[in-house]
Amino acid sequence: MTLDTVKHAGGTPDVEQPWAELGLKQDEYARIREILGRRPTGAELAMYSVMWSEHCSYKSSKVHLKQFSEKKPESDAMLVGIGENAGVVDVGQGYAVTFKVESHNHPSYIEPYQGAATGIGGIVRDILAMGARPVAVVDPLRFGAADHPDTKRVLPGVVAGIGGYGNCLGLPNIGGEVVFDSCYQGNPLVNAGCIGVMKHEDLHLAKASGPGNKVILYGARTGGDGIGGVSVLASETFDAAGKPTKRPAVQVGDPFQEKLLIECTLEIFREKLVAGIQDLGGAGLSCATSELASAGSGGMRVELDTVPLRDATLSPEEILMSESQERMCAVVEPDKVERFLAICEKWDVIATVIGEVTDGERLEIYWHGEQIVDVPPRSVAHEGPTYHRPYARPEWQDALQADDAGTLPRPGTGAELKDQVLKLVAHPNQASKAWITDQYDRFVQGNTVLAQPEDAGMIRIDEETNLGVAMATDGNGRYAKLDPYTGAQLALAEAYRNVAASGARPLAISDCLNFGSPEDPAVMWQFAEVTRGLADGCLELGTPVTGGNVSLYNQTGEVAIHPTPVVAVLGVIDDVTRRTPIAFAEEGQLLYLLGDTREEFGGSAWSEVVHGHLGGLPPRVDLAREKLLGEILISASRDGMIDAAHDLSDGGLVQAVVESCLRGGTGARLVVPDGLDAFTFLFSESAGRAVVAVPRSEELRFTDMCGARGLPATRIGVVDGTELDVQGEFGVSLDELRTAHEATVPALLA
Amino acid sequence: MTARIGVVTFPGTLDDRDALRAARIAGAEPVSLWHRDKDLHQVDAVVLAGGFSYGDYLRAGAISRFSPVMETIIEQARSGLPVLGICNGFQVLTEAHLLPGAMLRNDHLHFVCRDQKLRVENATTAWTADYEAGQEISVPLKNMDGRYVADERVLDELEAEGRVAFRYLGGNPNGSLRDIAGITNAAGNVVGLMPHPEHAVEPLVGTGRTDGLGFFTSILKKLVSA
Repeated sequence: MTLDTVKHAGGTPDVEQPWAELGLKQDEYARIREILGRRPTGAELAMYSVMWSEHCSYKSSKVHLKQFSEKKPESDAMLVGIGENAGVVDVGQGYAVTFKVESHNHPSYIEPYQGAATGIGGIVRDILAMGARPVAVVDPLRFGAADHPDTKRVLPGVVAGIGGYGNCLGLPNIGGEVVFDSCYQGNPLVNAGCIGVMKHEDLHLAKASGPGNKVILYGARTGGDGIGGVSVLASETFDAAGKPTKRPAVQVGDPFQEKLLIECTLEIFREKLVAGIQDLGGAGLSCATSELASAGSGGMRVELDTVPLRDATLSPEEILMSESQERMCAVVEPDKVERFLAICEKWDVIATVIGEVTDGERLEIYWHGEQIVDVPPRSVAHEGPTYHRPYARPEWQDALQADDAGTLPRPGTGAELKDQVLKLVAHPNQASKAWITDQYDRFVQGNTVLAQPEDAGMIRIDEETNLGVAMATDGNGRYAKLDPYTGAQLALAEAYRNVAASGARPLAISDCLNFGSPEDPAVMWQFAEVTRGLADGCLELGTPVTGGNVSLYNQTGEVAIHPTPVVAVLGVIDDVTRRTPIAFAEEGQLLYLLGDTREEFGGSAWSEVVHGHLGGLPPRVDLAREKLLGEILISASRDGMIDAAHDLSDGGLVQAVVESCLRGGTGARLVVPDGLDAFTFLFSESAGRAVVAVPRSEELRFTDMCGARGLPATRIGVVDGTELDVQGEFGVSLDELRTAHEATVPALLA
Repeated sequence: MTARIGVVTFPGTLDDRDALRAARIAGAEPVSLWHRDKDLHQVDAVVLAGGFSYGDYLRAGAISRFSPVMETIIEQARSGLPVLGICNGFQVLTEAHLLPGAMLRNDHLHFVCRDQKLRVENATTAWTADYEAGQEISVPLKNMDGRYVADERVLDELEAEGRVAFRYLGGNPNGSLRDIAGITNAAGNVVGLMPHPEHAVEPLVGTGRTDGLGFFTSILKKLVSA
């Protein structure tokens, strides 16, 4: 086959090109021809097809994502915002923290182990590329029904992949979620988050400036895996049979190579050897070269035949599209190249000078001396198509909201209450996930202060001063289905509350927005509502969005997943010794319920567990109240007024109390407060609430603080004994609760 | 005066920084050792830390055992240099034949990370003198290939000579024969175990216990008083 050079393309305008097979639409192909003033070469077509994919270009979502910048709250903490590999926030003492959550949903359904593993690998490289040492990962996961046979195929593979890759990198896994719902049956959500820490002066950005600077590709050799992963896989709906057709589109990871890449890159940063750096993830070299050039002065020349290959038969198009893992691309001044290569050699990392920055404005790629790409890099990286997709509130939304969960039959006796409590804590969504999280290393690096099942994961970042950061991820697709705007704010509020409950001050967020097909106006409406809700919520809470990821086409045939915004909130704590755990550890501690409890059961765990019901409206959101609750929790932590705190969310008060009792190995006696019935007290999911354990010596100081600042604080009981006793209603032993809570997941999956 | 404790970094070692920190907290001078460097830089003892050296390719510890630094360590361990192998380090020690037996994949085939109860069976080794024989401690366990195996003759010999240094309590987490969590050589200078004492040296982090600090104070006292 003759090489499709730029010259050849200029002379053969009528050649048929496989733009449709590469996932491009006809008008997109026409636009490429217009930009270039000729037909694209095969290599150029490959680059545009991956970079203009939904996954890379955000073409359906970016008109909505703009709000995160337009409604950005004032924040002194933001150092780098949306658009870089990951956002960066100032956490004080000269430290900066970078963090992000991403999705690897489609690959993980097809090939659970490698899909999940490379999801971790990708997000870790994003963090590394900012100049930071990765210090922790988190994994928000969603699967189909817990008892469905395919869940037994997907979940163990995903968990083993996360563990197999993350454990081998030496990154503690400190949090995340596991949710089961049949809406995720054909579209599991495998999101992965990473936190990295650096000193301010170590911040690196992805740009190629300075003509004459060398472009170095280092890390693994390039292979035939993951070709078109972003365009064909992540940007198309699975067909109705759920059969993926592109198995090689899933990448294969090598965590050992990534560990070497991390250590090697950190040493290169320490010696200040790079002018710009970018990881290779989705869209591989197409993305790295075009983004580096586009963000810099514009010109770059690459000799593609110098790229080290695993498979010598790969074509230039395949090399440009390959998503082989564990690769990075750096821009290095000529006099620093020798030292750069020496450090790579020390770590047994292959490094190759593949090109240089030029003073032109074109990205030019050569193959054995012949020019195969000649494009304006911005047109590839930043000027992809923008769609204003039609959106419309689905006609079923009203009926869904009218189906009020408040009218469902409620337990009438103490015995029924007890029975439903046991059912609740044993349901796969509320049950202990230790069988899963015990497959992740949470101790490595020796800085883990809190890890799952705590409200937030917490990492010490300075051993001298005890400065630390905390992160929680949350998202409730059931709430978002009932009301996407409110659902997004509830996800934000819950993650914010979880971070505050651990004693840390929320600073900023990242989000992973998981939805069905943007070509469905109902899905697009959900997306529009969620982004609006999140942007408004972040503005009110003062926590800017630093970046994140959109995953669309999570749907099989006509059926989309619940809209599932997953929000990661990052917080800072000046002294991690002041952190607050969830465990009720000492008898005699007084239990206080903070916030207002209303009859709110729409989308609740109770409605799902007891009635298999989803309808009505989700709990009301009051972000001013969330902020006040957060301030109280943080002050009480700092000043030693509380020994434990646990946020109330799915499952309500009783779920939180059971978890705190089991964690501490103690019982509790609860009294239903005046004005509430036992059922609402135990199962309501009103937002803006937490339960805290207050030492008797601090009771007055704590209640005075709540009173002075106007936060309702109701004494509801005491830590005591070896059972959970709800006065006048029922008692249940810790042993019985523990068995119910801990047996479910192993029984389903082990 | 203090002692210098070296911690080896192989490609893929993960818990090297933790082991260096543990040595420092115990009062020793921590020294980083690099796998390509045969020189031990006058350290008085060596820790082979946990991780996945060389990606655990071939077999856990099988490739590291041939690295330049191991040449010197193997030679000096035979003449008395105290060596502690934790997790992957234990695997390296068995591959290097400084300790008998081998580690297979956990019997349940999953990675397991948990707080693990152990009984210190031998409190006379270089690394366990600060414990009492029979003392129960809790330290984190985290591995994929932690099932200790050896033939019956070797197991009987280990038992007879008091060389089973640690045994799992409260449930065998991986199917190790005779609940063995760690062993020592006959001289007591080379000790290997799967659980991670270096993760249990500070009340603030990990499981909140400091039960693992004794490994590092034991060796320090021995070296300083020698």
